[in-house]
Amino acid sequence: MANAATRRSRGLVLFSTGFILLWLVIAAGPFLWTVWGSFKVQGDFFSKADWTFALYGVKTLEETGSAFTPGGYEGAWLQEEFWRNAMNTFIVVFFTVIISLTFGTLGGYALARSGFRYAFWLLMAALVFRAMPHITLVSGYLLPFFEWNLWGHLTTSIIVLVAINQPFTLWMLHSFFLNIPKDIDESAMVDGCTRFQAFRHVIIPVMWPGVVTTGLFSFLLAYNDFAVTSMLLSQENQTMVPRIASFLGTVREQGNVMFAVAAVVSALVPLFFLVLFFQRQLVSGLTAGAVKG
Amino acid sequence: MKHRTFFWFILPSLAAMIIFIALPIGSVALQSFFVEHDQIMVEVENCTPFACETVLAVDQEATAALRETAPLGKFNGFDTYTNRNHLAFAEIGTAWSESTSLGAFFDKLLNLPFYWALAFTLTYTGVVTPFVIVLGLAVALGVNALPRLVKGPTIFFSLLPMITTPLIGSLILFWMVDADGILGATLQIIFDNPDLSLKASTTLTWIMLIVYGIWSSTPFAFIVFYAGLQTVPQDTLEAAQIDGASRWQRVRYVIVPYMAPLVVFITLMQLMDNFRVLEPIIGFSASAKATSLSWIILNDLFGDAKLFGSAAATSMLTIVGVAVLLTPVLIRTWRDFNRKRV
Repeated sequence: MANAATRRSRGLVLFSTGFILLWLVIAAGPFLWTVWGSFKVQGDFFSKADWTFALYGVKTLEETGSAFTPGGYEGAWLQEEFWRNAMNTFIVVFFTVIISLTFGTLGGYALARSGFRYAFWLLMAALVFRAMPHITLVSGYLLPFFEWNLWGHLTTSIIVLVAINQPFTLWMLHSFFLNIPKDIDESAMVDGCTRFQAFRHVIIPVMWPGVVTTGLFSFLLAYNDFAVTSMLLSQENQTMVPRIASFLGTVREQGNVMFAVAAVVSALVPLFFLVLFFQRQLVSGLTAGAVKG
Repeated sequence: MKHRTFFWFILPSLAAMIIFIALPIGSVALQSFFVEHDQIMVEVENCTPFACETVLAVDQEATAALRETAPLGKFNGFDTYTNRNHLAFAEIGTAWSESTSLGAFFDKLLNLPFYWALAFTLTYTGVVTPFVIVLGLAVALGVNALPRLVKGPTIFFSLLPMITTPLIGSLILFWMVDADGILGATLQIIFDNPDLSLKASTTLTWIMLIVYGIWSSTPFAFIVFYAGLQTVPQDTLEAAQIDGASRWQRVRYVIVPYMAPLVVFITLMQLMDNFRVLEPIIGFSASAKATSLSWIILNDLFGDAKLFGSAAATSMLTIVGVAVLLTPVLIRTWRDFNRKRV
């Protein structure tokens, strides 16, 4: 690696490192700034006079007697009952991931093991479905859901999110199952297993890495969704993201912008831990589709 | 795999996709031909002690009953597609005949809500996608050159903008560039203009949204390119080096061609995702200066008066847009598939 030819000139190293440092500031800076600022009062975080107020918390010290205040979090979680939305998010995300993965593993396995032309067409259809903007689908749901009284329930949103998730889940698990050698389930079937028994006893024990990776992306899709949850859930069933959107209007009038800031930071925490623990799977999942073609 | 077994395995997934993706597209198509009922008016006689007069009033009961029996509304044919809020053929016709120059015509065209949204959606998609690819490759090359020890943490921080909920990500940036936020206030000092606000100018709003788009999507391109870089054959690089290629030439003539399939993949994903841009417009409260196709659909559906017909017509036009975007990819995949079979 360190032979003379591949060694970089000092200028290039400096330039490249500088560029990456700049990128890191741009990528992560806004998050650090907002997390830090969420423990200040509005006068500091949105300081007209001097931006260093947000660093040291000058006004926070004046107003609360300490440089950090949990005021925003108390306001959001207790006064505005953000915990209800957090709970709804948990329910929606949990069931969406479980159901998507169950449907997706069965379908993805079938697509990977079927050589017929219709399997290809199904994958193409899934690609087209993947491209549909979610809001166009929502405009198709609303009227029937109103008519049949399905609107507003968590269950409806879960089922819709599962369906929207399917194209991506199918593609990902399909390419994952292609990498599991055909021989192992076929030899089980030679030994007298049915296709489902082979799947149950031979494939399921070895499929977990692919399922975990796909599950992460299902989680992200359900957790980050705005179009479906904001349009299909009633006020009391709202999840975190649409609640934050509706926060914006109300808290600005009441001068409680810090509630929204605190809610935003709270919603970031699970994502932060997700990357922290599953970085390797996320990276491999993102690249699986591309590198393997 | 036997047809029968295949069917049972794929059934749950296929049923979910047919019921909640294919049928809604059909339902959208149907809804787009209908429009809300007019209110039923009745003549009511209002009598005061001195005189009686007949006035027109809304017959609430009859209107409600009509809405109950025909929830779709009344048939409107293609009129919703051609009205002022959608394709606006009549308005374009007048604008064309009245305008003296092409510039004036485009000014009038962009005053129409659908074309204004289309212009932003296409600009956003068209600008963000190439920037993301170039920046992503640059970051990947930079990270690849880092010592092993710091690679992990660098990747961790680089992933954050991408996995963040779009609405939350745009809010975080918005609070920083807001007039009282750190960047907004700094810009006011730099330009010595206390009234400077990114929200007040259309150009600056568009730039702000596009910057958000690049910020949030670059990590995706970076990760894909980074993984691709690990698979570039070292002997080809060495051969190029022995032949006297400079560092830049090696990147340009070895690495970039090797990345070409990845560029296609990233472009495809980015086109699909950027075309549906919605959350940043809400997060940046930018709807006065920039709207997208998704945003006008949401706007029709929000609030008390739900304009299902109008939203459905815009949805159909959006779907046509997606189809146009995807056609080259589908044709290409179809050719590859046939080549493999032969």
